[in-house]
Amino acid sequence: MEERALRRTIDPAAQVMLSLAEKQGLETAWDRLEKQQPQCGFGELGLCCRHCNMGPCRIDPFGEGPSRGVCGATADTMVARGLLRAIAAGAAAHSDHARDVAHTLKLTAQGRAGGYEIKDEAKLRRLAAEYGIPEAGRPKEEVALDLAKAALGEFGQQEGPIRFTRRAPPKRVALWEKLGIDPRGIDREIVEIMHRTHMGVDHDYVNLILHGLRAGLADGWGGSMIATELQDVLFGVPQPKRAEANLGVLRRDQVNIIVHGHEPILSEMIVAAARDPELVALARQVGAEGINVAGICCTGNEVLMRHGIPIAGNFLHQELAVITGAVEAVVVDVQCIFPALADLSACYHTKFISTSPKAKFPGAVHMEFHEETAYETARAIVRAAVENYPNRNRARVFIPDVKSEAMVGFSVEAILAALGGSLDPLLGAVKSGAIRGIVAVVGCNNPKIQQDYGHVNLVRELIRNDVLVVTTGCNAIACAKAGLLLPEAAEQAGDGLKGVCRALGIPPVLHMGSCVDISRILVACAAIANALGVDISDLPVAGAAPEWMSEKAVSIGAYVVASGILTVLGAVPQVLGSPNVTQLLTAGAEGVVGGKFAVEPDPFKAARLILDHIAAKRAALGL
Amino acid sequence: MREIFVRLDRCVGCHSCELACAVEHSRSRTLFGAIAETPRPRRRLYVEYVLERKMPFLCRHCEDAPCVAACRTGAMTQDPVTRIVTHNPERCIGCWMCTMVCPYGVIGREWERRIALKCDRCPDREFPACVEACPTRALVFTEEEDFARMSRREAAEEVARSYRMAG
Repeated sequence: MEERALRRTIDPAAQVMLSLAEKQGLETAWDRLEKQQPQCGFGELGLCCRHCNMGPCRIDPFGEGPSRGVCGATADTMVARGLLRAIAAGAAAHSDHARDVAHTLKLTAQGRAGGYEIKDEAKLRRLAAEYGIPEAGRPKEEVALDLAKAALGEFGQQEGPIRFTRRAPPKRVALWEKLGIDPRGIDREIVEIMHRTHMGVDHDYVNLILHGLRAGLADGWGGSMIATELQDVLFGVPQPKRAEANLGVLRRDQVNIIVHGHEPILSEMIVAAARDPELVALARQVGAEGINVAGICCTGNEVLMRHGIPIAGNFLHQELAVITGAVEAVVVDVQCIFPALADLSACYHTKFISTSPKAKFPGAVHMEFHEETAYETARAIVRAAVENYPNRNRARVFIPDVKSEAMVGFSVEAILAALGGSLDPLLGAVKSGAIRGIVAVVGCNNPKIQQDYGHVNLVRELIRNDVLVVTTGCNAIACAKAGLLLPEAAEQAGDGLKGVCRALGIPPVLHMGSCVDISRILVACAAIANALGVDISDLPVAGAAPEWMSEKAVSIGAYVVASGILTVLGAVPQVLGSPNVTQLLTAGAEGVVGGKFAVEPDPFKAARLILDHIAAKRAALGL
Repeated sequence: MREIFVRLDRCVGCHSCELACAVEHSRSRTLFGAIAETPRPRRRLYVEYVLERKMPFLCRHCEDAPCVAACRTGAMTQDPVTRIVTHNPERCIGCWMCTMVCPYGVIGREWERRIALKCDRCPDREFPACVEACPTRALVFTEEEDFARMSRREAAEEVARSYRMAG
């Protein structure tokens, strides 16, 4: 094993694949990060501004050079504006995903969608009631059409509130209203960020950041939540099920199709087409035993949660999967997809297939996907993969024999069912101290951090100290690979949590879905706070993103903090160039919204920080 | 001995060398730590912009160093073997003679102690921090002979290319 590979990841499958990549001279994100070193210090500190053409401007953090941009913008202004633009991009990504889901629901209701159906009518009717849409006695298609229109209306809405924000405890909503950060419309808040951060508009860092929180809330309690809820209506509410994780899920004797990206609108159809008897027969004809779909990133999480489709890995596995030489097609939609996959795929028989009109990749095969013709396109994509199977160079195939089992699919509905239909057993366990608190550990991989080191160690430390962990996104996949999503993993938990897990037959780490499904965690927090008659900020809970990298994670951080929750980041955000902004985010915010950020790259120290926070919250509640 | 050379056509004016220099001469030696230190760590090289060209300026550690000759207290000395000019802050009285005689203006000032401040060629590193930080490799740390050979080859390549086109 190459020593460098061991330094880059703790995942044994990834270690093997990275060694192989090094021997074969194949470049990965880790290599490209090395070539980027040292990265620009002004960028790292958030002290560069390219918002107008008098610039680019930079501020000297050591005070010898300029302390203002050409317009006079200070470090505080530059850092705050940069942060807001990241929030805007992140909120836009989640919310545009949600828009696509709402659009698909609308087409489905109108009978214009190719292959989709309303899988969960009961949830549809519950959501309609929440939106004040009459549903009793009406056919589901009519109700779905009204719900889709109502949800779509919230994107361009000019006056609030956004419906799902009212799931938050009344105290929280009142606080948002008082601070003027209750979101009015999803697109509106994102547009307003772009306006405020334009040259010569908003320069007050406090005023800027408050609006950043508002746009974040429009994501968490708006876009992301709409995506989650409407996906449940279309594809079913996830229920607990067992599945496998890591590169070992790829099959030597089958056509392997990787679905990578974020929207289940595509991956659901690929999964369906891969079961099409005609295509399965075709696979046999070309000498394969069958068709194996495996996921990467959040679209992988979506089909993992709903169908038990195996997950090949998290964000940094995307290139490693191709390097197995056993992948006939990497099918992608949007977000977190390396454009480098084009060149890498070209080293193999692997077809890199892009599908979204919003996301094209030079060097990829583009097979554009539209909801109206979804199933037909999915069939064409699967067919292309199957027909590619004979091109596989068997001499180059190397699939690491590494995979773990995981129990996944813990939607809020599934958690309630596991608890026997009411939150009371969970509340009782929290009150008794068997469970000290609940922490959401989420987020990406980042090659700046040894892959999964931050994720797995933080989660292990938390459960060891009787903290129930809920997880989504690439942390969930890291936990799946590490065997932490099994009821048997309760052995690694403290006695209190172990007892609860054994009694309920659940893992100590609950896989709640994809990154938009962090909205499920907000719903759970709101339900717990409401049951206790307190605000979310009073609860012994926290959030953590040990290996975050994307702008979506910045937006998530904004809405989690604005929802009143401590959020611990494992990678330093690009804000340290402004001591004022840093102070506001890591201290001042707590007095305003009840939540704040902390930065702690060491997962063991991060766990300690979270445990201290939980202890303080428990004491304040008299627990 | 190796020297820090500048490929003048390569500088894009990013100031990364200046940041890296200040960080290297801080107590924490990390960017995030250095920006919070008092006194503020200082850079010892300077990116200049004249006649629409950007170029980093740093101590040339001259063979016959005027700053060493001008220094009355023995603070500025030159290593007889490496030819590196170093400045001993304990002996410096802040008379600025060195600043006056330096042909490149690369002797700065440590404001808090009112003493001179200059490039020490990063004695703890194999490659100076500024060289490692340069994203376009405008700064190179190499033997004078090697640098000359590199320049010669680049010039020769240009001549050869035009010769071939003409032929």
